[in-house]
Amino acid sequence: MSTFTRYTIDPVTRLEGHGKIEIFLDEAGNVANAYLQIPELRGFEKFAEGRQVEDMIQITERICGVCPEAHHMAAVKAVDAVYHIDPPPTAKKLRELLYSAFYVADHTTHFYILSGPDFVIGPDADPAVRNVFGILKAAPDLTMEVVKARMMGHEIIEMVGGRKIHPCGAIPGGMSHGLDEEKRQQIETMGRSMLEFAKKTITVFDDVVLANSGYVDLIKSDMYTHKTYYMGTVDANNKVNFYDGKVRVVGPDGQELVKYGPDEYTDNIAERVEPWSYLKFPYLKKVGWKGFVDGAESGVYRATPLSRLNASDGMATPLAQEQYERMYATLGGKPVHQTLATHWARTIELLYAAERLLELITDPEITGPEYRKIPTETPTEGVGIVEAPRGTLTHHYVTDEHGVVKEANLVVGTTNNNAAISMSIKKAAEGLISNGKVDQGILNKVEMAFRAYDPCFGCATHSLPGTMPLIVTVRDARGTLVDRIRRD
Amino acid sequence: MAKLKIAGFWASSCGGCEIATLEIGEKVAVLAEVADIVFWPALVDFKYKDVEAMEDQSIDVCLFNGAIQNSEQEHIAKLLRAKAKVLVAFGSCAYEGCIPGLANTTTAQGIFDRVYGPSPSNANVGDIRPVTEYQAPEGVLTLPKLYDTVRTLGQTVDVDYFLPGCPPVGKQVWAVIEAIASNNLPAKGSVVGAGVRALCEECKRIREEKKVKAFYRPHEIMTDPEKCLLEQGLLCAGVATREGCGALCPSAGMPCTGCYGPPDGVIDQGARFLSAVTSIIDSDNPDEIARITDSIRDPIGTFYRYSLPNSLLRRKRIV
Repeated sequence: MSTFTRYTIDPVTRLEGHGKIEIFLDEAGNVANAYLQIPELRGFEKFAEGRQVEDMIQITERICGVCPEAHHMAAVKAVDAVYHIDPPPTAKKLRELLYSAFYVADHTTHFYILSGPDFVIGPDADPAVRNVFGILKAAPDLTMEVVKARMMGHEIIEMVGGRKIHPCGAIPGGMSHGLDEEKRQQIETMGRSMLEFAKKTITVFDDVVLANSGYVDLIKSDMYTHKTYYMGTVDANNKVNFYDGKVRVVGPDGQELVKYGPDEYTDNIAERVEPWSYLKFPYLKKVGWKGFVDGAESGVYRATPLSRLNASDGMATPLAQEQYERMYATLGGKPVHQTLATHWARTIELLYAAERLLELITDPEITGPEYRKIPTETPTEGVGIVEAPRGTLTHHYVTDEHGVVKEANLVVGTTNNNAAISMSIKKAAEGLISNGKVDQGILNKVEMAFRAYDPCFGCATHSLPGTMPLIVTVRDARGTLVDRIRRD
Repeated sequence: MAKLKIAGFWASSCGGCEIATLEIGEKVAVLAEVADIVFWPALVDFKYKDVEAMEDQSIDVCLFNGAIQNSEQEHIAKLLRAKAKVLVAFGSCAYEGCIPGLANTTTAQGIFDRVYGPSPSNANVGDIRPVTEYQAPEGVLTLPKLYDTVRTLGQTVDVDYFLPGCPPVGKQVWAVIEAIASNNLPAKGSVVGAGVRALCEECKRIREEKKVKAFYRPHEIMTDPEKCLLEQGLLCAGVATREGCGALCPSAGMPCTGCYGPPDGVIDQGARFLSAVTSIIDSDNPDEIARITDSIRDPIGTFYRYSLPNSLLRRKRIV
């Protein structure tokens, strides 16, 4: 039997749980395989059974405290469908308003607090300062603007949805309360500041990342490139939409593979189970599972900000559209396969969310009196889909005639990318490790491979006092400690 | 004065408690002045070995969020208990079991069969289940064992203080951090970061006579924006829930769902809520009463949504 050297990164932090990376080297010291293991399971789909279906709108928020708004929206859309009710326009606009405010806050958190340090401070900088406090020192005014933008986002979420974290306002048929003119004006004022902040973010990305050829080379490097399918929700004009539309999938060549509505998700998505992880591996059913490989023959797809841009024909707001065109012109056309360009796409989505927020808050219907309808039909079954920041989010409920859940199925944002993240980790490791030589930089550069996908990785890591340590232990096949690398 | 050594951990929870901690906003800088974070997987050095190497009682305060649902979480809870002078159950999951505690309506097997068995989107060729030890071609891959029963932190180890809320609101998190920093904590076993009375006491809605002929689900009726929701027939848990959040949900037209746990003096939140609900039914007719109570389709999810593991019931019987 061959002898393999094992590298363990444990734990890798995610806010909603815990991840573990195992990297195995062969006898020549090259990467033989890499596994991303998710060692946690809470069982929401099971204990959904027996619950009143409308309670899932609040219960499923507790899947993720970072993006409860996404579960709130996917669940309420599914429950609307269960009750066969189409909420009035004011209700849909209030929900999308809340959701746009959430996107501004969430993308801001990710871009500045999580990934920002890699670029602002530098991927090879002293890790002790490569965090939000490093940014605070380097750019104190900007950091305070980041804090303010986040707080305004959460303020709007509470005004529209009742609570800053785990909102309660969305109910089948609409929203629990409307918006009065006084609050509308307050939100509009905040929205204008948020738009200015979003525009500034585009400038920050230009100055810090694009003006530095080293970073552009890093983004373009093969180590962070995978040619996969891309998924995202689009409106009737194939423009990106976070709250509603159809899910569009394009191939590695950029051509549309399929465009499907919520009810057709089971024709398009299948989930694979591996014995070594509690998290399933979704893939495109029509293409099929060919293993952890990319290319047109493999059903592995990605659902990220970059994926959404790749899967669309553009952005529905003017400033974001300009930036969309500029990104593809700079990176050589569509689709863009470079994982790290996800950060660029995120800033464009941030700008779109702020523009969309202002469109909605200045729409006369937003303060309309009809913010809900009372469902009258017998509940049956429904699917709701929204774009969570980390990927397309699908909630599916089947109920009895009293609206009690009989069966629930959830395909969650980050889960979409489970296979792709594993591949990215392996490829980054392959790019960094050869002949058994492990560079200290593997730690952050492997991290960068998944940080591009998932803001949950180390959200708080970069945002509270402290450092971002990672420890890689190197063991031989018998488990004897060979080396231990620590980056504090 | 030496800086406080603070540790944190999350177990079976959603990360909302971490985000709630961020809601202290600019005060994070103040926290950095008075405390060193010595362990918090989300924040600083997260290798379990480093904690194992610490002297017992060498951490001043450990803020632990999340319920205990698997073997790894239990191990860390015991480890941190040994290392920390003061252990705080931070948030509803650690305090009461919270939403993950609804898994006590099923078993690990039940969860496995639903998540990995036949489902609308599963393509599980070979009916695979994740296993605690898997022999991959390159070596053994391990996963923690999922338990049948979700336990609270207090059911797992000795806990000094309980901070309720799903999640605790930011100002309450800060109040507790200030109390810790100024060594101004109440008696061991106290609930901190909240009031002692029922939520109704801080709710602005007008209370009159509690007599109802029917219960409604929130989407079934248009409610009066000024009046008590329970009096309008919505199952608002405020009567059986501790004050502290500012009555956020009722202010938004939605019933309280009970995330702050029971007020002082109440052992079982669900029983208190149930007795309040049954006492306001305006009928002497057994058939009518049965019809009214039958409209409550999910007693567990209604009365024990956040507190099942910490209740007198604890879990559904395993047959």
